Amino acid sequence: MRSFNDSRDVPRSKGHAPSAGEHAYRRAAFHALLIVAIIAACALSVMFGARPVGLDDVIRAFSDTSADDIAAEAIQLRVPRTVLGLLVGAALGVAGALMQGVMRNPLADPSILGLNSGAAFAIVCSIAFAGLSTPRQYIWVALLGASLTAVLVWLVGSVGRSGPTPLKLTLAGAVISSALASLTSAILLPRVDVISTYRFWQVGGLSGGRFELMAPILPLFAIGFVLVLWSARHLNALALGDQLAAGLGVSMTRVRVLAWAAAVLLSASSTALAGPIGFVGLVVPHAARLVVGPDYRRIITASMLMGPLLMVAADVIGRVVTRPDDVEVGIVTALIGAPVFVMLVRGSKVKEV
Amino acid sequence: MTGHSPQPPTSHTLAARHVTLAYERREIVHDLDLDITPGTVGAIIGANGCGKSTLLKALARLLTPTHGAVTLDGKAINTMPTRKVATIVGLLPQSPMAPEGITIADLVSRGRHPYQGMLGSWSDEDDRAVAHALEVTGLADLADRPVDEVSGGQRQRAWIALALAQQTDILLLDEPTTYLDIAYQLEVLDLLSELNATEHTTIVMVLHDLNQAARYTDWILAVKDGRQAYFGTPDEVISERMVAEVFDTDARIIADPDTGLPLMLPGTRHSLARLRGDSHGEHAQTATNHDDNLL
Repeated sequence: MRSFNDSRDVPRSKGHAPSAGEHAYRRAAFHALLIVAIIAACALSVMFGARPVGLDDVIRAFSDTSADDIAAEAIQLRVPRTVLGLLVGAALGVAGALMQGVMRNPLADPSILGLNSGAAFAIVCSIAFAGLSTPRQYIWVALLGASLTAVLVWLVGSVGRSGPTPLKLTLAGAVISSALASLTSAILLPRVDVISTYRFWQVGGLSGGRFELMAPILPLFAIGFVLVLWSARHLNALALGDQLAAGLGVSMTRVRVLAWAAAVLLSASSTALAGPIGFVGLVVPHAARLVVGPDYRRIITASMLMGPLLMVAADVIGRVVTRPDDVEVGIVTALIGAPVFVMLVRGSKVKEV
Repeated sequence: MTGHSPQPPTSHTLAARHVTLAYERREIVHDLDLDITPGTVGAIIGANGCGKSTLLKALARLLTPTHGAVTLDGKAINTMPTRKVATIVGLLPQSPMAPEGITIADLVSRGRHPYQGMLGSWSDEDDRAVAHALEVTGLADLADRPVDEVSGGQRQRAWIALALAQQTDILLLDEPTTYLDIAYQLEVLDLLSELNATEHTTIVMVLHDLNQAARYTDWILAVKDGRQAYFGTPDEVISERMVAEVFDTDARIIADPDTGLPLMLPGTRHSLARLRGDSHGEHAQTATNHDDNLL
């Protein structure tokens, strides 16, 4: 990976190095490889599970909608699950990249900033005090909890004359996250029945993926992804330091607020649909940075491809290794993500943000 | 090169009018006026904490004055669209951050930020501006090298190249020579004066070294406790009285034997003791060497 930056042997390009032919070619090849891998992972995701089906069954299920045997039924469950994996993977990967960029903190990710504990706290409260119990209700409760926590972290992190500095935001996230985790435990401990209901939400996974649950959240993902596209080049300026970025005409507050909002929308929506899934938001942007370099436009594009791949692959592995039971994807992402990340880091040291 | 800009070069005037600057309630700069003549090179000097960097930030619209205004072509700069200002006024802060692993060309290309649209599409003009900035700073051959692998002087030139790629008529620099050894300091200052000579870029920099300020500038503003203490040409400003008043330091000022410009011999107790026994010609030698060691 190091050789990507170390291009002394490459003929010097006129001016803009990013447009240098070789770099662009390698990036295109890398993206193509990722897309092929994602397609393969999706195919496996539809084929494998408690009851494996053949590729011919898959094709039949898509071409003949009247098919209603067990294979077709399995496929009908696995397709939305796969789609959810793609969506959540892309959202978490990109949200992590955004937060690392806004905070200039390599450890920033949705869970460290308190979004997951905010969602968990809201879920526990809703089970314990309001008696809510359906996945549809959990989605909105989790979304609300995560978003309110994000706003709270922002407000606490903005206290003082220097405004929302990366360090204050990180500290605010850590503090509020711990406080909410304690409150969640305090509510859970005396309520055994709540614990057993909450447990299923808390693991995080794609098994609850159904199109009718995803549909109402899709606009939030859409807004999030549009804001991401807008933020990317501003994050490049932000990475040069506040003063230089301001000198380059970046409206600091606007960029911070909107990039933050995008990250919150994407990760809160993911948590609402799939529960708290750690690691993806942290590791995917770093892996992307190691491969494509420090340009946020490229980091975000690569994260948008690497996140879904990790997510869907982890979900397939979770279904296959302990068949007929599932190991939920949140557990597998960490299990396979960690060694892959260690391999990447061995090849080249992790880039500072 | 600057033919790209819709205005002819050096037509923009930056000025401070009765500017008062404060962090919270602590006033740093009081009622300060400054008219920057287009096409000139100027230095803001003063002791640490006198408010010179704060003033520079206000000139770059990073701080809004509590009283008075910084004006660009007569309009209050803080009310103008910040991206528009970024095509006229460039700022190189004291310690910008280079993302790890970024190449020089990539870093310099980020100076094109104010010219890019919503989606950041890259134009031929962007390419030309970056290529020109790399050429002028002598970095064309190092374009693909990572910034963290080049020398301190090359890195500082890369930052200046970023500012050049921004193609502004006015360039503000906060201590552009800090952390550089003497050869690199002169290299950077020579580069800036070439830029002023060839492209008529107006340059304002915060400088610590009075002798460099005397050599490289058309005007000097000496700030003491947030107020203008002296303003004028180097000849007018650099005096024993000024050094005593602004820096609270004894110094002798002689005429530079080569240029006739004022040359300061800092009078530390140590160097004064050594100076007394020496002949005149060697005074300058001893004293300036000592000054360099302090940097």
